[in-house]
Amino acid sequence: MPDNTSDSREWPLYEVFIRSKRGLNHVHVGSLHAPDDGMALRHARDVYTRRNEGVSIWVVRSDAITASSPDEKDPLFAPSGDKVYRHPTFYDIPDNVPHM
Amino acid sequence: MTSSHVQQPAADEHDSAYDGLLGNDAHWAFGTGFEDPLAGVDTTIPDGIDAAELASYCVMLGDDALVYAQRLSEWTSRAPDLEEDIAIANIALDLVGQARLLLTRAAAADPSIVPALPDGSPVPAEDALAYFREAGQFRNVRLAELPNGDFAELVVRMLVLSTWRLAIFQRLVGHSDPVVAAIAAKGVKELTYHRDFAGRWFVTLAQGTSESRRRLEAAMAGVWPLIGELKSPTAVESSVGADPGEVAQELDAVVAQVLSVAGVTPPDVHPIAVTRGGTGRDGMHTEALGRMLAEMQVVARAHPMGQW
Repeated sequence: MPDNTSDSREWPLYEVFIRSKRGLNHVHVGSLHAPDDGMALRHARDVYTRRNEGVSIWVVRSDAITASSPDEKDPLFAPSGDKVYRHPTFYDIPDNVPHM
Repeated sequence: MTSSHVQQPAADEHDSAYDGLLGNDAHWAFGTGFEDPLAGVDTTIPDGIDAAELASYCVMLGDDALVYAQRLSEWTSRAPDLEEDIAIANIALDLVGQARLLLTRAAAADPSIVPALPDGSPVPAEDALAYFREAGQFRNVRLAELPNGDFAELVVRMLVLSTWRLAIFQRLVGHSDPVVAAIAAKGVKELTYHRDFAGRWFVTLAQGTSESRRRLEAAMAGVWPLIGELKSPTAVESSVGADPGEVAQELDAVVAQVLSVAGVTPPDVHPIAVTRGGTGRDGMHTEALGRMLAEMQVVARAHPMGQW
């Protein structure tokens, strides 16, 4: 919870995720400031769904997210770059299997 | 709609946060799935309804929305921060939409109320009502027209007006005029959000700092004297509108509940006097309305043949 008694005049930052009508998952669309979690949801509704984009909203305090650092890009991601055998490219996917 | 002109070439699918929001071939930014609130609604005036009374009632509700929306839109670029700025503008736009539908209905029910414009003017009837009437022809309650104060004043006034209007619209959903019923059904969803927005801020300001509470209480002292007018129905409202007794009861109950959660007591103030023997519903307004309308109407009046 934000500390209401502190002198900080800046509201905490929230990250906003929207699921569209036909979307299967929530997608990060941006960030905003809000005084608390409930208000962040309403701000997200006002700022990011004005044009009929969404049917569901997630908000999360930005400082609650642990992110990978660009400095770690090589050790984290480069090792998977040459492992072609991890991709199931040898299977035929039937036409009626969606979202593959 | 073709999507070729809106599809951005993405170097990497993870570069565009909006890719996942695509629905069909229409880009999300243009919106999809819009609904016409009056789709399939029979617009003939039903038997048993006095068309002049219905028009008069629609003007009252339409003017409340139009005038308050104009006050809210004056907040644009002046809110405490960007997010609130957009929220207030959204709410103003909801109310403009309600005003437009209601004034359109009023003009259809009784064309004699629409101000005369030069022959061949393309201005639609609802715009003629909005932009070419004098202050004395407006039928909004005076609470809607008060000049803006600080953010606490915005919150207190919105709490009272949206609670009152939601109570009315919830009852109009079953109105015998199908157009009024459809307008109300659309408005209920909007007003529920407006009330929620204002109620949350009311509690937040009440329990925030001593300064936010001081401002909230000062705002209540300014708004409370005008609540009586919301509970003093005219003959037209009693005849064709939502039951004024039920509406007043709900207004009192909801406001009392918010005050109790916020830990605030109602101010001890006297109701504001009537203006020249009447209230806003009689066309008797504070001088602030005239100044507000001058700004709101000046462009439309300068171009009565204008097409917008």
